[in-house]
Amino acid sequence: MTTRALRAQLRKTSTTSGGSSRSRARLWANIALAVVGVCFVAPLLWLLLAAVDPQAGYQTQVPSSPSIANFAAVLNPELLFRPLANSLWLSAGTAVVNLLAAVLAAYPLSRYQSRFNKPFMYTVLFGTSLPVTAIMVPVYGLFVQLQLLDSMAATIFFMATTTLPMAIWMTKNFMDSVPVELEEAAWMDGASAMAALRTIVLPLMRQGLGVVFIFVFIQAWGNFFVPFILLLSPDKQPAAVSIFSFFGQHGAIAYGQLAAFSILYSVPVLLLYTLVSRGMGNSFALSGAVKG
Amino acid sequence: MTIRRAMRLLPVIPSILLLLLFLLAPVAWSFYASFTDAGLTGKAAKDPQWVGAENYLRMFSDDSFPLSAWLTLVFVAASAVLGQNILGLLIALLMTRSGTVVSSLVGTAVVAAWVLPEIVAAFAAYAYFNRDGTLNQMVGMVGIEGPDWLYSFPLVAIILANTWRGTAFSMLVYRAALADVPRDISEAALMDGARGWQRLTFITLPLIRGSITTNLMLITLQTLAVFTLIWVMTAGGPANASTTLAVLAYQEAFKFGDIGYGTAVASVLILLGMIFGAIYVRLLRERRP
Repeated sequence: MTTRALRAQLRKTSTTSGGSSRSRARLWANIALAVVGVCFVAPLLWLLLAAVDPQAGYQTQVPSSPSIANFAAVLNPELLFRPLANSLWLSAGTAVVNLLAAVLAAYPLSRYQSRFNKPFMYTVLFGTSLPVTAIMVPVYGLFVQLQLLDSMAATIFFMATTTLPMAIWMTKNFMDSVPVELEEAAWMDGASAMAALRTIVLPLMRQGLGVVFIFVFIQAWGNFFVPFILLLSPDKQPAAVSIFSFFGQHGAIAYGQLAAFSILYSVPVLLLYTLVSRGMGNSFALSGAVKG
Repeated sequence: MTIRRAMRLLPVIPSILLLLLFLLAPVAWSFYASFTDAGLTGKAAKDPQWVGAENYLRMFSDDSFPLSAWLTLVFVAASAVLGQNILGLLIALLMTRSGTVVSSLVGTAVVAAWVLPEIVAAFAAYAYFNRDGTLNQMVGMVGIEGPDWLYSFPLVAIILANTWRGTAFSMLVYRAALADVPRDISEAALMDGARGWQRLTFITLPLIRGSITTNLMLITLQTLAVFTLIWVMTAGGPANASTTLAVLAYQEAFKFGDIGYGTAVASVLILLGMIFGAIYVRLLRERRP
């Protein structure tokens, strides 16, 4: 008997004898997962309920008189729009700088064999493992010396650099999957490497570029510590910092507004994340990042 | 190497400049400043003096550093290595045998905590562990009066919060890894009468051991750098009871204005990151010759 036939027969016996135990296992798995799910949702429930409850406290309760008063209260330029605009500038700027540098770096690394490539890529990978929190104290000192403190542009360049190693690594992987033959034809026609990159390679990897852009954007949008240290004037601070300073002072009275603000500030990243994961599957986006 | 070949590498230069200026320079400056008495304001800010290893010696005479190092170790071991890693693996394993609807709903719940901006997650966790918060409400339902978690058990609170926040990453890594495990292999073991636990320890886990080490390295590094969650929930308190090294470096530098000592603590953290980073790169290199 061949192994395949043996296996098929074994499978048949197992489904007949193990059918009920398998469905029982499935039931237990579902129950266990549901418990885990409830535990993970519980802390978020407060956020959702308090946002529509003008009398919200720290307790999770169904609002007695639900209203959008909390949202109305935070929907003003001073509190919401300017910080969100700052967040947008900061995140989009970071993502653009990051993507430009990463694409330029990834091209020669992906297309030309060189003794320089491997050591560079491993150094970059090593760079991804530096704890950014730990370098904030020295970065502050450095920014004071260079008089870059409270500068939007400098903060953008710094944030772009902290995610650059990961972005180079991901971009190179995406670029490696674009076949080189198409460019060779363009080179024959006398196109320069940069022209080939722009007209052939980038359009073919635009999905991958989208993933890297969104990946960097989400990280920058949610970043609290970096702008907290580097941006001092309130009119430059992004939502992450303004929410902290406002509710740090007024939180004791405005739980509902805090929740409403948090939701409005979170929606963009939730949408972007859904876009990426729907478009290409979690494991795909992640394998670009983790597996290398 | 001809000039033409060197020219090809020109586009890498912007990245190299950025990395040198904003990553390498701060690291170098951190090690340098940790040997000075640099301050946040005043004379020590303008003209820092070389003090040798004084800042490092102070770490061992000071009470706060050994405590902080110990808290960091407990925090990383409990919330990353045990919490996120084991829970993430467990969820991924359960998902292989649960219904698709349940698994995608739970997956969304777990990922939501991870995708939210860290300050929002921190506020939600703060409210949850508050004396009047949701956790005590649930505990109250079974008739127990819950403690003030953030005050009486700050370390437990931040460990649970970080597990909640970060498990999604491990879950995603393990889901991807388990999807690559050939079904035949685990089924063949089933036929041989291998019981569930044996199958897990002798077949599944060895097959995904590469993903396990990668995951452990990455979540350890992420957890070493956690600041916002702790800062919002407990600000390191009460009385330093939840001050990890990341929080300590911040406090020394910005609250007490001692940049020199702050960078010394930061340098220790950077060194730890470098050690883990070097191991991580090594492991990946061995796997992909």
